[in-house]
Amino acid sequence: MASYIFKRLAVLIPVLLGMTIIVFSIIHAIPGDPADTILGEKATEQSKQALRDQLGLDKPWLQQYFSYLGDLLTGDLGNSIRTRAPISEEIVPYLAATFELTVASMLFAVFFGVNAGIISAWKHNSWFDYICMLIALLGVSMPVFWLGLMEQWIFANELHWLPSSGRMNARDPLDAVTGFYVLDAIIQGQFAQLWTVFKHLVLPAIALGTIPMAVIARMTRSSMLEVMQLDYVRTARAKGLSQFAVVYRHALKNSFIPVLTVIGIQTGALLGGAVLTETIFAWPGVGRYIFEAISNRDYPVIQSGILIVAIIFVLINLLVDLLYVIFDPRIQYK
Amino acid sequence: MSDAFLKADVRPTADSANKKVQHGPWRDAARSFAKNKTALIGLGLVVFFVLLALVAPLIAPFDYKAQVLSDRLKPPSGEHWFGTDDLGRDIFSRVIYGARISLWVGLLSVVGSIVIGTLLGIIAGFYGKWVDMLISRVFDILLAFPGILLAIAIVAILGPSLQNALYAIAIVNVPTYGRLVRSRVLSLRQEEFITAARALGANDGRILFKHILPNSLTPIIVQGTLGVATAIIEAAGLGFLGLGAQPPDPEWGKMLSDSRQFIQTAPWTVIFPGLCILLTSLGFNLMGDGLRDTFDPKMKGR
Repeated sequence: MASYIFKRLAVLIPVLLGMTIIVFSIIHAIPGDPADTILGEKATEQSKQALRDQLGLDKPWLQQYFSYLGDLLTGDLGNSIRTRAPISEEIVPYLAATFELTVASMLFAVFFGVNAGIISAWKHNSWFDYICMLIALLGVSMPVFWLGLMEQWIFANELHWLPSSGRMNARDPLDAVTGFYVLDAIIQGQFAQLWTVFKHLVLPAIALGTIPMAVIARMTRSSMLEVMQLDYVRTARAKGLSQFAVVYRHALKNSFIPVLTVIGIQTGALLGGAVLTETIFAWPGVGRYIFEAISNRDYPVIQSGILIVAIIFVLINLLVDLLYVIFDPRIQYK
Repeated sequence: MSDAFLKADVRPTADSANKKVQHGPWRDAARSFAKNKTALIGLGLVVFFVLLALVAPLIAPFDYKAQVLSDRLKPPSGEHWFGTDDLGRDIFSRVIYGARISLWVGLLSVVGSIVIGTLLGIIAGFYGKWVDMLISRVFDILLAFPGILLAIAIVAILGPSLQNALYAIAIVNVPTYGRLVRSRVLSLRQEEFITAARALGANDGRILFKHILPNSLTPIIVQGTLGVATAIIEAAGLGFLGLGAQPPDPEWGKMLSDSRQFIQTAPWTVIFPGLCILLTSLGFNLMGDGLRDTFDPKMKGR
């Protein structure tokens, strides 16, 4: 196992290097002079030169890349052009916000997806099965941003059940300790605020979690259908176990590997989908951070933001690979 | 109707009775596809939107660009079936023209991804060694970015436009097809009919394009059909962020972002473009699932 982890990490190195090359190239692939693009045509030559110095654009390409790489290794993600703040500090609260939203979406997606899949397989060809699969089918074809808008319209604007945007009431801010508002509210014992935070989470989490929920439900169902026909499940039934125990304790365990793969892939995909969801719900997450940087032509932020998200994505995939071993001891890594 | 059609097809006539044995795999596939109800619904949706796109100028009741400011945000009526937007433009006409844009981007970007992905996949799988190493690593790196984020990065470089959104979506999806083709080539290369072809003196080019490629076609078709659905949603997403189609193009995603501020007073401005995205991508998804069941019966019901 330890040697497998080591090998898996060794394979990651060229991928990570390749990612830095792509991200590094973003600013160099801009047609024309990047300083013109970033500051606009009307900027003075002096300010353009200052920017070129700051970003090191005058140096040779290779030297720039290696100094960029060196900075990354020391944790220096560069400075934002707009706010002049170090990105490595600025990005932290945005990452926390995205992390909170992603976890909420994934909890929603896994809970409803896995259970809908299980019950669909259990009650195969029932009306419940058909409705679940219809919802799953619509779910995979759903444009996230439209679903978000519809939710906002119905549940916030028309019914006034839930807030339409943001993480918290602006008038009633929460002292940030960890940056994860749910945790912060619990630590400080602010349960009224916890409720508000929760209400703000519901709509964006459902919007973002719908596609993964649909994919997870479909995968769980097909995987369960396969396993439920196996001999050991019949044995479990013959032993007189309750149907619930057979399905949730025996069958689920063996059908979980493909589901786990899908959960891993979808968690990564959420990070991308977050850009759209965060835009709609004014969620101050890293997707919005990158998107606003694009509008402001703040290239260092675009570069570092994308790199950080991609690295998290890669790490999630690694984690999923390692989790296989726990769920299926038959998988041996050599 | 489809039943009658099928029976007519199966009934052996004097002529077809002799040829019955020669039914090709494509014909069998078509027959199995026609039995799949959800796949037919998907095909129906796709055909509907394709027709809509083709005859848009004939059926659109208004010019999609024409602004009638006295008719701002009018609810759906006999005159304006889907209502009007904030500039008094007819949403029904805009949605119809929008089908042209979305299908164009969806289909063309997928064709682009398939062509590049297939070429790279064939080269990697057939020549192996360091070429394979290099290409596979590039695929790994591209796949290490969440899709839409990489597309956003590419558009950020190239500048926001519909065409650049198309390029971005095509590039992002190349590894999907590349890996698929590579794995097909790797497994086909070991097959006896390839050895036989080589023994008969066929060169690399002939083996690749006459033997390996045709045998890799069905998974590409299935993946491509599902890919169109994804590409349409991605293009709409880029449009929504202002990184795709630019005004006055009636792109569905762009229409949503332009109208979202009126959602409370004029929900129809947001409902219809979104429904179109949903239905088109649903159509391609259903069709893709159906094709997969047809070509790979083991996957049925997944």
